[in-house]
Amino acid sequence: MTVAAARPGQEAAVRELTYAQALNEALREEMARDPRVFVMGEDVAIWGGGGVFGVTKGLVDEFGPERVRDTPISEEGITGMAVGAAVTGMRPVLEIMYVDFTAMAMDAIVNQAAKLRYMFGGRAKVPMVLRAQEGAGRGNAAQHSQSLEAWFCHIPGLKVVTPSTPYDAKGLLKTAIRDDNPVIFLEHKVLYFTKGPVPAGEYTIPFGVADVKREGTDCTVVGIHTMVHKALQAAEELAQEGISVEVIDPRTLVPLDVETLARSVRKTHRLVVTHEAYERCGVGAEIAMAVMREAFDFLDAPVERVCGKNVPIPYAEPLERAALPQKEDLVAAVKRTLGRA
Amino acid sequence: MTTTAPGLSSVSVEQLRWMHRTMWRIRAFDTKALEVYRAGMMRGTSHPYIGMEAVGVGVCAALREDDYITSTHRGHGHCIAKGGDINRMMAELLGKATGTCKGKGGSMHIAEVDRGILGANGIVGGGMGIAAGAALSAKMRGSGQVVVCFFGDGALNQGVLHEVMNMAAIWKLPVVFVCENNGFAMSARVENTVANLDAAARANAYGIPGMEVDGMDVLAVYEAASHAIERARRGEGPSLLICRTYRYFGHHAGDPLNYRAREEVEPWRAKDPIERLEKLLVERGIMSQEEVQRVQDEEKQAVERALEFAQQSPEPPVETLMEDIYA
Repeated sequence: MTVAAARPGQEAAVRELTYAQALNEALREEMARDPRVFVMGEDVAIWGGGGVFGVTKGLVDEFGPERVRDTPISEEGITGMAVGAAVTGMRPVLEIMYVDFTAMAMDAIVNQAAKLRYMFGGRAKVPMVLRAQEGAGRGNAAQHSQSLEAWFCHIPGLKVVTPSTPYDAKGLLKTAIRDDNPVIFLEHKVLYFTKGPVPAGEYTIPFGVADVKREGTDCTVVGIHTMVHKALQAAEELAQEGISVEVIDPRTLVPLDVETLARSVRKTHRLVVTHEAYERCGVGAEIAMAVMREAFDFLDAPVERVCGKNVPIPYAEPLERAALPQKEDLVAAVKRTLGRA
Repeated sequence: MTTTAPGLSSVSVEQLRWMHRTMWRIRAFDTKALEVYRAGMMRGTSHPYIGMEAVGVGVCAALREDDYITSTHRGHGHCIAKGGDINRMMAELLGKATGTCKGKGGSMHIAEVDRGILGANGIVGGGMGIAAGAALSAKMRGSGQVVVCFFGDGALNQGVLHEVMNMAAIWKLPVVFVCENNGFAMSARVENTVANLDAAARANAYGIPGMEVDGMDVLAVYEAASHAIERARRGEGPSLLICRTYRYFGHHAGDPLNYRAREEVEPWRAKDPIERLEKLLVERGIMSQEEVQRVQDEEKQAVERALEFAQQSPEPPVETLMEDIYA
């Protein structure tokens, strides 16, 4: 993990924070840094002190209801408003409570935010962040559990970010807020409660730089969100059998750091791509293709995908678990690439 | 020098002259755009604003230079009324590098953000969220700017209009919703598609003022828009204007026009907004018949020059294809 070094003599400044707390710090710091930054969304101010998962907790007390704006339930309207505010000099950070609800806002995202700059011949900027959380694992069923990052990756003009750790979440959100383009910032609802080291000092993480979460030599596993953690667990288990797995989190899907992924595959000669999202037309296909274009000659086995089943996410626990890729699936896929199935 | 026009307390002679000239500029531009399209010089299509000039001009006459508008697929008139450069607009129609959007947008995406034109829009209702967001931005920045959101009767039926009118009302945003009811959403008559066209009733649902306006009368539009815009500027929130007007031509250049009789246009042409203003200008002695004619000729010539500029301009180099996707 690329945790930035704490300042000399300030080792204590690296705290253990939850993913939600890390995001909250990023928002607070960027709002303090730039008066044009403001937060809007459904239940971001009052509910539980700020946000259904606490990401905007306490911000309204510090910055007031104008800059931490609770909105009506009007996803298309508020997303369009973020575009209008961004193009006229503000830097909105819009929260859409569940990524599933972006379906209500697709015109504003796809036809307006993503395209204004290009359609206007480069004579406009749309510096907005759309934060949403995705993912399954909490029994929220089919309309509150999807992972829809592929929708946004498909649209030129958007950037797409998917942090898996508190450290990455904070550094990437700060970069997203400072970016002059529409950024779709996808958090994961299960990860909100996970903890990790976060330096107290200022840092940002550039887009388009993948992070090697564990080094290995036999097989590369590229995963996002929860699948990074499941891949690390699988790697630990496989290490007991003498199999060395490299785990990489691209961190941003657009732009995608193909070179880091390809470099790893040139070393390991095997690739497994994993995400919670539906397998069909998921970003795993794009990642596999991009790596093959750069490193096909180095591959010793077909690329494996370990992804969500092509099914609406079911409610009952055993069904939901079966719909999602699990550590055991990763272990099996890695072994297949090694001919040890 | 500002002189109030005789008998017209709220409007100056300068404004009347500007309205007259600008309505001619729009009519000449969109007449030429149809010619250009029919001559095969333009791709996609063109949605003529001819017959509707009084709405865009009457509203924009009441705006400040730094105010914003959002426009529609039928946007040439709004853009010209807000100060858009017709040379660059015509170049955009011809897909040239000198166009407002460097040839990347075309007719439905003409924009000049630094003149407050936040874009025509190819999506019916697509500008509504942007307008409300620009109004929120103006309010947060304390800039005193007002936003006008133009849309057609077809867009009255888009759900986002409800969302943004509600938010504009609860937050008292400086935005004026201007519906141009030209009677048709493509082939669909407004009588068959809108359950209640009563502007006051619709606005009342949000606790804001709403009024119907004769969209063939530039002075009536100007007066209604002035009140709504100044109200917005004072921080008292949004208004809804539904301007009754008519498009003399089809939805776009390729419209089969099988859904209305040719004769239906005649009573509207009899109320032509430019003729109506010219009659008043001459009767009140503000302009002579010769001056009125000269303005028409000058604007037609300006549009001819715009076309020459566009024709002589280079096409965008293919190397620019992947530029301007990201800032």
